Amino acid sequence: MWPMIETGAWVLSALFALHMVWDWYKTDSTYSEDVLTSSREGEIEAMTEQHKL
Amino acid sequence: MADTDITSKTMDGMGPHGTKVGLLRVLGPAHVWALGVGIVLVGEYMGWNFAVGKGGAYAALIACWFAGILYSCVAMIDSEVTSTVAAAGGQYTQAKHIVGPLMAFNVGLYLVFAYTMLEAGNAITLGYLISVAADMTGATEALDQRPFIILAIMFLAWLNYRGVLATLTFNLVITAFAFCAIILLFFASAPWSEGTMLAHADLMSGQAALPYGWLGVLAAMHFGLWFYLGIEGTTQAAEEVRSPARSLPFGTLAGIMTLLIAATLTWYICVGYLPWEYLGDGVNGAVAPLFSAAQMTGSDGLILILGFGTLFATLASANGCINDASRAWFSMGRDHYLPQWFGAVHPTYRTPYRAILFLVPIALIFALGAPLDQVITFSILSGLLGYTFMPINVILFRRKWPLDTIKRGYVHPFHPIPALVLLALCSVTYFAVFLGYGTQLIAMVSFYIVVSLWFHFWRYRFVKRADQFTMPWPKPRGY
Repeated sequence: MWPMIETGAWVLSALFALHMVWDWYKTDSTYSEDVLTSSREGEIEAMTEQHKL
Repeated sequence: MADTDITSKTMDGMGPHGTKVGLLRVLGPAHVWALGVGIVLVGEYMGWNFAVGKGGAYAALIACWFAGILYSCVAMIDSEVTSTVAAAGGQYTQAKHIVGPLMAFNVGLYLVFAYTMLEAGNAITLGYLISVAADMTGATEALDQRPFIILAIMFLAWLNYRGVLATLTFNLVITAFAFCAIILLFFASAPWSEGTMLAHADLMSGQAALPYGWLGVLAAMHFGLWFYLGIEGTTQAAEEVRSPARSLPFGTLAGIMTLLIAATLTWYICVGYLPWEYLGDGVNGAVAPLFSAAQMTGSDGLILILGFGTLFATLASANGCINDASRAWFSMGRDHYLPQWFGAVHPTYRTPYRAILFLVPIALIFALGAPLDQVITFSILSGLLGYTFMPINVILFRRKWPLDTIKRGYVHPFHPIPALVLLALCSVTYFAVFLGYGTQLIAMVSFYIVVSLWFHFWRYRFVKRADQFTMPWPKPRGY
């Protein structure tokens, strides 16, 4: 039984890795770098909590 | 603020600085609790018992409670500062705003190394646990642990890649199970009953009380950290919680209270079932002491529950570590402390996907190629350097932005006593670590000095100095 589970673990690992790499390629080729790296820290915070006493 | 349109479909409703795709604010206090406790609870299931080997059962208890004070200070300080710095990156972002860029760069690296090494350590442990399960179920050949180590890292990285809500909800379920398993073992042991199998009086008297005297107590401090190492990771969720000012202090402080209870119960149960010589040998003796204690009860149900508790605690820790290391790496990329390429957010899943992917091979290299004790020591030392920064950070924070200048979600009491206590306990722990791992400590400090020089003389020129501060804070007092 355990040799089969070992093989299953190799296969699942490969599937998870391939899915991430495929999605990474798809995302990077669909969206511009400007959009993907547009995040700035604390922007929602800037709108909702203005630290007024 | 006038340019902000929260109904805009192109700007994602996120603010005045041009964010089109940002991290999602979907988490609540329970997720913050699950992140902090999830990273740490594996330390209750294995690792802390090396403290028993260093100084005996009482030394482990003293180390447990002193480390508890250290981490209570960490939790209180973090809760106050993070309730105002509601951005990913945690202590890195705090350092950037409060101390300066060089400290921020170093703290960011401490965080990434502490969590990535801990993730690798957890994956190694998980491979070992699977091999034990194989032995117990009658496997005739030695199991190859590598596919399970790789699967753990790949599955958790995939989960993190796909979204933070599912990731931390998964952590909440498995962490709650692992914590309840400890409580269950305590009640099943019935210490109040005359028929209890706990034998504290026999196992802790005479030579067993303090076998190496007070020096053993000092040496045990190193492993006392294991009970709580990682609770400061709650701050990495700051940009993804719905109400940072409320959720972060609530989740963090509930987390440290949970851990104080879990640590004390773990110590009480294990030293009552197992002789200190066996318990203190985490390699050839009690590798997973709570599981060994469950075996002592003879109950198949408890053995199964504590077995799954150990497995879940390991998974939860690795999962939280991937979450935290990637947020720290992402934040440094976003601020140009590292290439901006790492500061990307996935437009569908809203996760720092490039940071998550980049750290996968690093975790795999350490998980498959480095011994467990070296990996864990690297993690602990990085964490300790981070704790040393915290008292300096909070003292400067209170000085530059006194209580009447920035609204806090939580104000920690008795300032500056927690900061000074934390600094003193860090000094003691450095000495304790130096006794056992002096070479690694010196090597690691040298490494951070070299990368600091690289940052100062080369990398800092790429940092857009005004862009990195977008918090609506007033100017610091005196500037």
